[in-house]
Amino acid sequence: MLGYVVRRFFSAIPTLFLIVTISFFVMRIAPGGPFNQEKGLNPIVKANLERQYSLDQPLWKQYLDYLNDLLHGDLGPSYVLPDFTVAELFRAGLPISIQLGASALILALLVGGALGVIASLKQNEPSDYSVIALATAGSTIPTFVIAPLLQLTFGLAFAWLPVGGWGGGGLSHKILPIITLALPQMAIVARLMRGSMIESLRSHHIRTARALGLSDLSVIVKHALRGAILPIVSYAGPAAAALITGSIIVETIFSIPGIGRYFVEGALNRDYTLVMGTVVVIAVFTILFNLIVDILYATIDPRVRYD
Amino acid sequence: MKTFFRTMAAGLAVLFMALGSANAEVVYNRGNSADPESLDPHKTSTVYEGHILRDLFQGLVMQDAKAELIPGAAESWTVSDDGKVYTFKLRPDAVWSNGDAVTANDFVYSFQRLLNPETAAEYAGMLYPIKGAKEVNESKSSPETLGVKAIDDKTLEITLNAPTPYFLEMLTHQAAYPINKKNVDQFGADFVKPGNLVSNGAYTLAEFVPNDHIKLVKNPKFFDAANVEIDVVNYIPTEDRSAALKRYEAGELDSNDDLPTEQLDEIRAKFGDQVHIAPYLGTYYYTFKTDKKPWDDAKLRRAVSMAIDRDFLAEKVWKNSMFPAYSFVPPGIAGYEPSVADYGDMTQIEREDEAKKVLAELGYGPDKPLKMELRFNTSENHQNTAVAVQDMLKPLGVEVSLVNTDTKTHYGLLEQHGDYDVARAGWIADYKDPETFLRLLVTGDGSNYALYSNPEYDALMGQAASEADPAKRSKLLSQAEAIFVRDTPYIPLLFYSYHNIVSPKLQGFEDNVMDVHPTRFIKKTS
Repeated sequence: MLGYVVRRFFSAIPTLFLIVTISFFVMRIAPGGPFNQEKGLNPIVKANLERQYSLDQPLWKQYLDYLNDLLHGDLGPSYVLPDFTVAELFRAGLPISIQLGASALILALLVGGALGVIASLKQNEPSDYSVIALATAGSTIPTFVIAPLLQLTFGLAFAWLPVGGWGGGGLSHKILPIITLALPQMAIVARLMRGSMIESLRSHHIRTARALGLSDLSVIVKHALRGAILPIVSYAGPAAAALITGSIIVETIFSIPGIGRYFVEGALNRDYTLVMGTVVVIAVFTILFNLIVDILYATIDPRVRYD
Repeated sequence: MKTFFRTMAAGLAVLFMALGSANAEVVYNRGNSADPESLDPHKTSTVYEGHILRDLFQGLVMQDAKAELIPGAAESWTVSDDGKVYTFKLRPDAVWSNGDAVTANDFVYSFQRLLNPETAAEYAGMLYPIKGAKEVNESKSSPETLGVKAIDDKTLEITLNAPTPYFLEMLTHQAAYPINKKNVDQFGADFVKPGNLVSNGAYTLAEFVPNDHIKLVKNPKFFDAANVEIDVVNYIPTEDRSAALKRYEAGELDSNDDLPTEQLDEIRAKFGDQVHIAPYLGTYYYTFKTDKKPWDDAKLRRAVSMAIDRDFLAEKVWKNSMFPAYSFVPPGIAGYEPSVADYGDMTQIEREDEAKKVLAELGYGPDKPLKMELRFNTSENHQNTAVAVQDMLKPLGVEVSLVNTDTKTHYGLLEQHGDYDVARAGWIADYKDPETFLRLLVTGDGSNYALYSNPEYDALMGQAASEADPAKRSKLLSQAEAIFVRDTPYIPLLFYSYHNIVSPKLQGFEDNVMDVHPTRFIKKTS
């Protein structure tokens, strides 16, 4: 297993390199630059700015310089927020996005998983239909509708929770954003879980287990669930990477200082280094979580072996 | 026993009340549309930064609650007879937050730094009226040659190229604020970080968490600290205007500087006089590319401009959050009378008939429709405006096609003088003077997206620049604007307004055309 992990680690390097290279050049194809704005800059001033950030250098040189800095762990300055380096922005925002994303994922897995199991056991009964209805609603109502509804209900009408802000990380500030992030994931997990449980319950080994006279609980938890959980695991990997790198919608509506907004804002602002930094972070997390999924697979399913 | 508990309870209650009032620091949670790009005054440009920096720093002159000019770090000043030399006397008691005296050399250092090309200051161009400024910024001469000299510790002399009547107004802009040299030498670029930043204004920087809040606390060393009532001001970025309004309603914000204007009717009904909407010095306009056929024809441009119904745009599209514009310079600048297009007085039907007649004279008609590509940067309101204009020009036989791109692509194209017929743009005044608008149409200006070039216009602007008499200068500028109206390189569509929502707990948040509200003049009752 260790050999496998090491191999995967080394194979991630060319992947990352490709991602960085493609993103770098794609970003530069977009017209306009970081210093184009409604109030046009004096050409002398603009030249001074471009010189300061080496944007006056040929593109290949900028690319090599970026790679060199990246290898030394330097993500560069942010063009649009010059008081901060890209690394500083991530240091401040990433822990917040991770907290929210991880909590939302755990909540989605527990609640969604439980709902899925219940639905599969009560197939075609009222409780099954209600779970399906909930799951359909959860995955079709967009976040930008759910978030303001939660704000109106719990922030204004009942005034139980703050409408927005991070409040230094107080629990009350986290509840609504976590629920907003978790709901669509919960719906997907519930549907996946229901489907794979139904399939698992129909399989030969479950029939055998039942024939052997094992208790219902033992059949479901020990045997059916173990097989049924695999699709959830493969779904949870990429979902985790997406959740913990933040959501622009949730972070903007709830005024959360995470990193979710940097990708879109960075791209719109042509803040090249910020976009590149975000790409690197998302890529690293995606690669990491895919690796974790593969390791979990081997642990859960004895038929999977990597050595 | 009962009495004992009662006494205890009463005692505790009194104790808590006493503690409460002793600690009752006044906190103002102030919604601000966006985080600042930077807290280094020399690297900023936007109004969001202006609000914060106005609390942190004191320029030579400042603005009061009504945006009127007041002494800042300078207590008085004199202007030479030819209007070119300004001599400022600094306050004897002005100090930095680290205790250092604010000296004339601080300003010499700051102006030199602003214009030094290595600083790459966006607003360096604003200070080109200072002698030698442009040459320094172009790397043609060294920063020491700049016309800003310290006569002694408390006397500063600034020499200009020409009498510049708006010079003092210009100095109220954040780019003209001083910074502390020792502070920059010690921390380099990190001098702007909380804990490092030394400032000379009513507040000092305590915390800056990007996308969360900026906390400023009252500066006890500020010369007028005795009259500053708000102890803590938290600037809270509110990108999502609808969410910000909910936070305001929940009491999490005491004011916000923007509103979801699409819901303005409902908001007005609900919040009444907490909504502050009034004209602001800014113009929303469409620019023609005047060096491209057929847009090089002033008659054609004027006809298109004439046919657009500004009242409809202001009322229906912008829900009266903008005002109809018939001149480029908005009203509200004391001593200046904008030159207004004569068709402003005609009815919409008369204007359409007149425009049709002109287009027919120029050979356009059903057989030869005028084709016009209208570009705008992505925004729901810009889109709605463009669709309305498209519809208004249809009866005239003008076929308008719409092109929508993101802001950077849009302004990148305009700046590089790419291929466009008509494009949207906007301009917000940096200081209260018509020059801040009219200079955009001088040949070769960086923001002259019309590529307009008229020697007559340039000559009038040049004369105005060297005219020391304010009344004569104002007249020259008005004449220049009359040429603008005749030639119509831009279609002025709407004047901006500011849209603040302000809690009844705040006093001293006064409406003014610059939308300037220094926290030191605001009071908050609980």
